[in-house]
Amino acid sequence: MTWLAEWAAYLPQMMSGLGVSLLIAGVSIVAGYPLGLLLSLMVSTKNLAIRTLGLAVVEIGRGAPALVILYLFYYGLPKFGIAFESITAACLALIWNAAAYSSEIMRAGIQSVPRGQLEASSALGLAQHHTFFRVVLPQGMRSAIPGLMGVAIQMFQGTSLAYAIAVPELMKSAYNIGSQDFNYLQIFTLAGLCYAVISMPATWITVFFEKRMARHT
Amino acid sequence: MDALSAVLQGLPMTITLTLSAFAIGIVGAIPVAVGLSSPKLPIRLASRLFVDFVRGVPIIVWLFLLKFGIQIGTFKFNPVGAAIVGLGVVSVAYLAEIYRGGLQAVPRGQGEAADALGLTRGTAFYSIMVPQAFRIVSPSIATYLTGLLKDSSIASTIIVTEMVFQSQAFARQHPTVEGILPYILVGVIYIALSLPVAYISRRLDSRMRKAVYA
Repeated sequence: MTWLAEWAAYLPQMMSGLGVSLLIAGVSIVAGYPLGLLLSLMVSTKNLAIRTLGLAVVEIGRGAPALVILYLFYYGLPKFGIAFESITAACLALIWNAAAYSSEIMRAGIQSVPRGQLEASSALGLAQHHTFFRVVLPQGMRSAIPGLMGVAIQMFQGTSLAYAIAVPELMKSAYNIGSQDFNYLQIFTLAGLCYAVISMPATWITVFFEKRMARHT
Repeated sequence: MDALSAVLQGLPMTITLTLSAFAIGIVGAIPVAVGLSSPKLPIRLASRLFVDFVRGVPIIVWLFLLKFGIQIGTFKFNPVGAAIVGLGVVSVAYLAEIYRGGLQAVPRGQGEAADALGLTRGTAFYSIMVPQAFRIVSPSIATYLTGLLKDSSIASTIIVTEMVFQSQAFARQHPTVEGILPYILVGVIYIALSLPVAYISRRLDSRMRKAVYA
């Protein structure tokens, strides 16, 4: 029971940390997905220069650890006179991450649209941009939904890395409380539960969507 | 190239962390995957809850919990131990999920055929189901390994002297523009390290495909 009483006392401070975590995750998703769509189009284009640039951005975003990108933004860029607040650096790093991962999922989704759809559109005399935005994109995005939800969960968990550059998010709040009272076991357990309470149901919803979509195809 | 040699000092530790945690995961995931596909509901539910909970908590929380939270008598984890156990437990959960997917993807007829031939359940599982499941999941396992390689960088937050930690140390000593170099180098090294894993996985995959279909 003492654990529960302590947890209740810590909860307000933890909740403000959780708010920051959710804010960073939200920003990285809202900005990252449109960028991801742009990247997926760049990677699929015939123009070599644009394709190479898109591929480089995607491969660095996926291939380098999020922590390294985070440090690059927070400690690296100020050396060129471009300085960010820690929370801005965290958002930028996770936006890059989200865009890179989501671009691959969207590209796969767009590619999964059957060729017949394209042929039917051209038989109907639809213009190219109409074919893409009205026919291909809606169907492609539909099949990308579960994967994109997975990326969103990954981003939420990734916000915990912002601890490393002293953003006052959930992990940092937990660490501050822990270093005051030296009850690390309780506080990090509580932090883990806070993350799990959001991630686990989100995963279950994702699996539910995956199963539903598998049924329709 | 001071920056490069500084970063490379952490390379052995990065590889040690990755491979140790991977070894724990590869073995530990077997019983959990069996639990996930058990016909008994309580076992299935407990395994599912374990896997989803471990995956639902960020790695950095597991590392801090093990490093700072665990004290049994006089025993405390050192940073490397905490990192290996933490990354290992997370690997168990992720790989168990991958194994389960593979076992489920083996056609039902295979199990039924083994049954019809009078094979015992153990033989059917280990000689019929597991080899086929392994072929199906080997690319996913390779993908997970490259993910684990990147996640090992999180150990730098509990002062394990791997590549990212060394990069930071170098950057702190060089407050000039040179200080940005290690971060770029370490990013390139991570990408370079994932390439051979992807290559070996593709080779392995195509060889096993030949073994099945040729």
